Amino acid sequence: MSDADATPGAVPLELREPELGDERPVARNEWLTVWAWRLGIIIVGLGFWEYASGRLIKPFWISSPSVIWRQLGEWIATGELWLHVEVTLTETVMGFAFGAVSGVAVGLALGLNRRLAAVLDPFIVAFYSLPKIALAPLFILWFGVGLTSKVVLATFVVFFLVFYNTYAGTLAVEAELVDVLRLMGARRSQIVRKVILPSALIWIFTGMKSSVPYALIGAVVGEMMASNKGLGYLIEAAAGQYDTGGVFAALFVLMIIATGLHELLKQSERFLLRWREEGHG
Amino acid sequence: MSDEPLIEYRNVGRRFLSRAGAVIACEQVNLTVQQGEFLAVVGPSGCGKSTLLNMAAGLLAPSAGQVFYRGAPVRSPNTDVGYLTQRDTLLPWRTVEDNVAIALELRGESRADRHRTAHAWLDRVGLSGFEKSYPAQLSGGMRRRACLARTLAYEPETILMDEPFGALDAQLRLVMHDELLKLWTGTRKTIVFVTHDLAEALTLADRVAVFSARPGRIRAVETVALPRPRDVFRIRFDPHFGELHDRLWSYLEASVRGDVRVN
Repeated sequence: MSDADATPGAVPLELREPELGDERPVARNEWLTVWAWRLGIIIVGLGFWEYASGRLIKPFWISSPSVIWRQLGEWIATGELWLHVEVTLTETVMGFAFGAVSGVAVGLALGLNRRLAAVLDPFIVAFYSLPKIALAPLFILWFGVGLTSKVVLATFVVFFLVFYNTYAGTLAVEAELVDVLRLMGARRSQIVRKVILPSALIWIFTGMKSSVPYALIGAVVGEMMASNKGLGYLIEAAAGQYDTGGVFAALFVLMIIATGLHELLKQSERFLLRWREEGHG
Repeated sequence: MSDEPLIEYRNVGRRFLSRAGAVIACEQVNLTVQQGEFLAVVGPSGCGKSTLLNMAAGLLAPSAGQVFYRGAPVRSPNTDVGYLTQRDTLLPWRTVEDNVAIALELRGESRADRHRTAHAWLDRVGLSGFEKSYPAQLSGGMRRRACLARTLAYEPETILMDEPFGALDAQLRLVMHDELLKLWTGTRKTIVFVTHDLAEALTLADRVAVFSARPGRIRAVETVALPRPRDVFRIRFDPHFGELHDRLWSYLEASVRGDVRVN
């Protein structure tokens, strides 16, 4: 193709103003201030907790940061902590993986097959409305007190969240985008791959991100009901012995795990949906 | 080349059902478009001009009459036409070059080939240097040009344009007119160009069809006997341009004013 004679002259390009050079130091200062405040809140909060314990409130109720810290150190020293963390993490990750994969698959299948979706709709709504945690006793009955029952529970919880978002995502695809590709002669499979899937990806990610904490809930609740391993068991066992420090220590570990998982997903989303990040409306 | 029209609307009408009842977008439309012709359709907003294009593209079936393309009734998405819609239809998750190259990608052209074509077209619409940008990083005018490049890059036989430059400022619009005419002169594609701007229609087209307000009907079809190549920046000062503008405006005025009164 020759473009010799058709090259346009200087076409004015309206582009965003380049970023000002002195914006960064300001941003960094802001960042430091924010972190200084956060640190301050942690120190004051923990300090007050430590002070209040035994002076204002009985340690039996609220334990104290130093006791919790010692408990954590002990668990780490004996290696007990890793055993429980590993179990809970395995259940969470497996449940999340199975639930996410099957949720995306079924969500796409129904999203691309409207008749099937119409037929199954009331069943889906019924199952979706059911508090999934209530299924825990049943799963423990079916799959025993081991790992499997917790994985199944977490899978179930994650599945519905991811499925629903994926399904909604495939329906939310702009018809005009699909039409333009159809006129270009795209086959159905090409439209699915090049328009519907990428367009639904935002929704799929939203579903996945919101389901991570639920995967953890599924695993921990399962452990609390019947288990001899995992952080849920640890909490339950400590509470059973009126060991508030132990309960708090296990909760603290759970908090770290949940935050870590959330951060991991946020980073992968930022990478996969980078076309969105850079945008400006 | 035969005398058979490339596109033919035969007694075409289209109704839409809305909650308020049936709305007639257009009716009794008889219109032909010859191969290689640049036809502009002018009419007030909401007079069913887009509906006309959608039917030629096979995205919408007429509720009365028939639309023919190369003598055959249009019954499914018409892959001989490229459609530049009113709204941006760039895929936001693809870079500009991958957007422009998408039709070639669908055809299975190699990555190198389709990028070469895409870059040539991006160059022609003045978007060199933005190949790797995402649509969200471009201004409205740049996205429009990217859409244009995408439509032209795969060389469809006919191009349907629905107010393609409506959202651009007046200066940029003239620049785009200039580009479009240059590109069209090089390729001589058939173009059906919908607009509400009579001056735009006269600047670009070989023939202008004037539509009435809803229900859209053809009020007049006029040949624009202005010589080519046209200088889009000066053509409006041509006496014949003024004459045509006056005559067609008289057809248009009634519907436009009616429109104002209704709202």
